[in-house]
Amino acid sequence: MRTDRILVKGNEAIAMGAMDAGCECYFAYPITPQSDIPEYLSTALVQAGGEFIQAESEIAAANMLLGAAACGKRAMTSSSSPGISLKQEAISYMAGSDLPAVIVNISRGGPGLGSIDPSQGDYYQATRGGGHGDYRTLVLAPSTCQEAYDLTVGAFDLAFTYRNPVVILGDAILGQMKEPIRTWRSRGRPEGEAEDWALSGARGRAPRLLKSLYLSEGALAEHHAHLVSKYEQMQAEARGEEVQTQDAELVVVAYGSIARIAKNTIRSLRTEGYRVGLFRPITLYPFPAPALADLASQGKRFVTIEHNTGQMVDDVRLAVRRFADSELLSVYPGRLPNPEDFEHPIRQLMQNEQQTEEA
Amino acid sequence: MRNQEQAVFSVPEVMVDTPMHFCPGCHHGTIHRLVGECLSELGLVDSTICVGSVGCSVFIYNYLRLDAVEAPHGRAAAVATGVKRARPENFVFTYQGDGDLAAIGLSEIVYAANRGEKVSVVFVNNTVYGMTGGQMAPTTMVGQKTTTCAGGRSQERDGAPLKMAEMLASLEGTSFSARVAVDSIAHLKKAKKALKKAFEVQIQGLGLGFVEFLSACPTNWHMNPLEANARISGELSAYFPLGVYKDPGQAVEASGGETCIRM
Repeated sequence: MRTDRILVKGNEAIAMGAMDAGCECYFAYPITPQSDIPEYLSTALVQAGGEFIQAESEIAAANMLLGAAACGKRAMTSSSSPGISLKQEAISYMAGSDLPAVIVNISRGGPGLGSIDPSQGDYYQATRGGGHGDYRTLVLAPSTCQEAYDLTVGAFDLAFTYRNPVVILGDAILGQMKEPIRTWRSRGRPEGEAEDWALSGARGRAPRLLKSLYLSEGALAEHHAHLVSKYEQMQAEARGEEVQTQDAELVVVAYGSIARIAKNTIRSLRTEGYRVGLFRPITLYPFPAPALADLASQGKRFVTIEHNTGQMVDDVRLAVRRFADSELLSVYPGRLPNPEDFEHPIRQLMQNEQQTEEA
Repeated sequence: MRNQEQAVFSVPEVMVDTPMHFCPGCHHGTIHRLVGECLSELGLVDSTICVGSVGCSVFIYNYLRLDAVEAPHGRAAAVATGVKRARPENFVFTYQGDGDLAAIGLSEIVYAANRGEKVSVVFVNNTVYGMTGGQMAPTTMVGQKTTTCAGGRSQERDGAPLKMAEMLASLEGTSFSARVAVDSIAHLKKAKKALKKAFEVQIQGLGLGFVEFLSACPTNWHMNPLEANARISGELSAYFPLGVYKDPGQAVEASGGETCIRM
């Protein structure tokens, strides 16, 4: 077991997490700000006996992933926002065919070519399926390099547990910043994983078919019932981190890099006596709605801070709707927020509330 | 005394004994059978992973008893790449139509061939989008009428029909490329030989094996099966010459500098 701390970029932490999870196949296409991942794995994975292909397109990379997934291999692709749009076709097919795969999105500004700067503009795309049809992918949102490593290792287990694509949603801040991490070798690929469904040639058994086409009357409805029951089981994976929420009057809800920035805001406001806390969803799908509802039932108020024009706030409002609402504090992609940027708006929110109560 | 009866013709065991959804006179069924025969004769059935595509050929997994995965439209060559890299010990083939391979999937097949992926590709060219009701395909002949070129394909507007066997033969990673037809017994025999070769180059690890079948679509050609067959031996074979365009064993200079072995 390795316990030494190493200084790596978030992108490298993800690549190392994939290696330590026993990733066997990785397919990618260069795009900023995630290219450290293919650069790392083009050497490390091949040296470890795995398969790396620099594909001709994001579309091809995602479909190679589909092929490797159909063979029951631990496989991954990574990209950034515009590239993730191109992968959606294959992600939809993998979701429809019950195929496990890990897809990393180190997101950048959009729409269109947008920018290469950080953004949380892909929240809807990641949590609503993203491609055509009615499906969900598990979505993990790390906020530190260590968590990027840990969640990548765990993403492979989740993908195979549920036979479903798993999205790791980071941004350019996470991908490009350097932090010390501790790596730990996971149990890797468990013995016999996927052997009961993966394609390997029909030797001594009935042929297997992995598909998403259901033409006969009622067949697709049955398939949907199967998918829905899978998504219901996935709800058990919902996770969030709470920071000083116990006595908080106002709970900031933020994820990923922005949650990290907001954490500093909260520390600073606490020294001024504001009773403010942080709820950080770690899984964006399933969304940790029960934990938020619990906080709401205690009479707390909410503000969602996002690096987009307001997307996760919908899920926060749905989660707390029986007891509360959520304000929205948007930082538009193209601007990089500092902890101080959130202080004044939060003070105002809390002062307004006090005035309302006094009135 | 000799046995009274001797089986001289039977259905390969890999074929499922079920009615096919193909229209009368369609060549898909014949080509499916050739695939089944070649897999059986080469002993590949229980090590094969079939990559299906989108179009009339989508139900290949209903007719051949094989492990199979369904690829998105056009992506079969990329999916097959992932399958083969994940399981190099398995035999992997795609079965794709002309809309799938030569239009939306052109990038995927060209790059899979150029990388020399050890997969085999069965390409069924019937010059039309069959499943969607007869629209213009990348292989539709100039002048051919379809539902999206009612006045006939115009080369000025739509370009000329793509010659895939020739295009892929020009790539270093393609080990074998041929164009065949199943419109006559003689052609059928040659087609089987070519298909077997396209399978063998994969087993030998030489690169990508490609066979283009000129295939009849009487329904969308508005012809009876015999007229459709005649169109293949006449008009289509004149523009899409049958022959071997790349063969790891032998290469013959044909007229016009094109390397081609006429079949």
